Amino acid sequence: MGLVTPDYGLLFWMLLSFSIILYILKKFAWKPIIHALKNREDSIALSLKQAEQARAEIVKLQEENKALAEKARLEREKEFQETKALRDKLLIEAKEQARLETQKMLDKAREQILSEKEAAKKELHSTIVSMSVEISEKVLRKQLAEKDRQVEYINELLNEMSRN
Amino acid sequence: MTSFISRYIISAALVVGLVVGVEEVRADDIAGPVETDSTQTEKSKGFNVADFIFEHVGDSYEWHILTVNGHHISIPLPIILYSRTSGLQVFLSNKFHNSTRTYKGFKWEDEGKYAGKIVQLNSAGEVDDANPLPLNFSITKNVLTIFMLGIFLCWLFISIAKQYKKRPNSAPTGIQNMLEPIVLFVRDEIALPSLGEKQYQRFMPFLLTLFFFIWFANMLGLIPIFPGGANVTGNIAVTMVLAVFTFVVITVNGNKHYWKDIFNAPGVPWFLKLPIPIMPLVEIMGMFTKPIVLMVRLFANILAGHMVGIVFMSLIFIFAGMKFWLGYVAAPISLIFSIFMTALELLVALIQAYVFTLLSAIYIGMATTEHE
Repeated sequence: MGLVTPDYGLLFWMLLSFSIILYILKKFAWKPIIHALKNREDSIALSLKQAEQARAEIVKLQEENKALAEKARLEREKEFQETKALRDKLLIEAKEQARLETQKMLDKAREQILSEKEAAKKELHSTIVSMSVEISEKVLRKQLAEKDRQVEYINELLNEMSRN
Repeated sequence: MTSFISRYIISAALVVGLVVGVEEVRADDIAGPVETDSTQTEKSKGFNVADFIFEHVGDSYEWHILTVNGHHISIPLPIILYSRTSGLQVFLSNKFHNSTRTYKGFKWEDEGKYAGKIVQLNSAGEVDDANPLPLNFSITKNVLTIFMLGIFLCWLFISIAKQYKKRPNSAPTGIQNMLEPIVLFVRDEIALPSLGEKQYQRFMPFLLTLFFFIWFANMLGLIPIFPGGANVTGNIAVTMVLAVFTFVVITVNGNKHYWKDIFNAPGVPWFLKLPIPIMPLVEIMGMFTKPIVLMVRLFANILAGHMVGIVFMSLIFIFAGMKFWLGYVAAPISLIFSIFMTALELLVALIQAYVFTLLSAIYIGMATTEHE
């Protein structure tokens, strides 16, 4: 058999076999394999896409949570600030009131003291007057009796008074 | 840089191998008649390189396994003949193993004009000159290899397909895992770029069958003994059928644009088409040269690889024929070169399968892509 002259017997069998091989492989092997590969690739691509989406979702959720937390924190802080301000105000008010009250009381006390003092002064005055009258009376009466005795007596009385 | 060096070494080795091979064949041809003059016994024992090579790269009616003390051990293969005189004849080739190499009026000719062929004998026992060759559809070594390869491929890929069905959308395992990257390679590197996203799937089965058939046939050819050893893809009939398939696929699937480019190519001056249709003729020739180039490339590459490998082996016997001890000197060198050649051929087996498939895909793509 020459090398470059094709043998028709081999040609025939090759044509027949290759046709059958092609047909069988196409129908029972390549189509399912290609189909399965494509399906698998599609499913992997889909899974990856879904994973990506899920990740994006999670990131979004996290951001939302963060924003929410931030908002809550701010609100709380605001509330706190408000409360604090209120408390401070109340405190200041209370202090002021207390101060005023005290002032009032002090004024009242002072007033009272003053009036008491006046009263005491008046009383002292009247007492001194009555005593003076009494002393004068007594002095006058003694004078009548003895001049020396009178003086002595007045001194004695004066001493007594000053002692009182 | 390294790839350049290795390519250089490979090509240098190929050139040296071919030159050495050719030289030895010539030396043998010249030496042949001289030896017959000296002694008759030497001739029968003498080593004929050309016969040795052609016996190995050619097809055969029996599958030779080995020779022990001049006794051949081979697997007989079915001979299927049809002739007008004796009708359909089916028998095993070992029926020819007799002194005259004849059976039922047929002779397995071993020399002369019809050497290696089965001829019809006339009543006188001579070659029937009027009708020497019966229709011969014998299951030869190559045919049997193609059958076995076909069964193997079907079994292999159908079982893989079953695995895909059994466990969809899961990672491949075992043999499936081994071949999946190659299937994907054919798809992503051969079919997709040449055929385009839209229609690559239509031609995937053909391209995959082509690729795996050629690759496995090439590798089978590298196995020295049964079930390998048949030079399937180094046979022009086989590559011709493969090329015809590509041709048919191109012609059947060629679109309007493809045919318009052939018969009325745009942008070509009218005088190249009208009185004498030069351009259409050239284009029609091109339709045929494409598959013919595919056919010859695969055939020549594989045949050359087999030949060079055998030449290296033959060197041992050529040297041993000169001086017996020289055979021992040549043996290790030949062995190293043979191993190198086999390794190279293993690479060539894949590359040629790739090239054939890629070019087929490109040609199909050229005929089917839609423009604009």
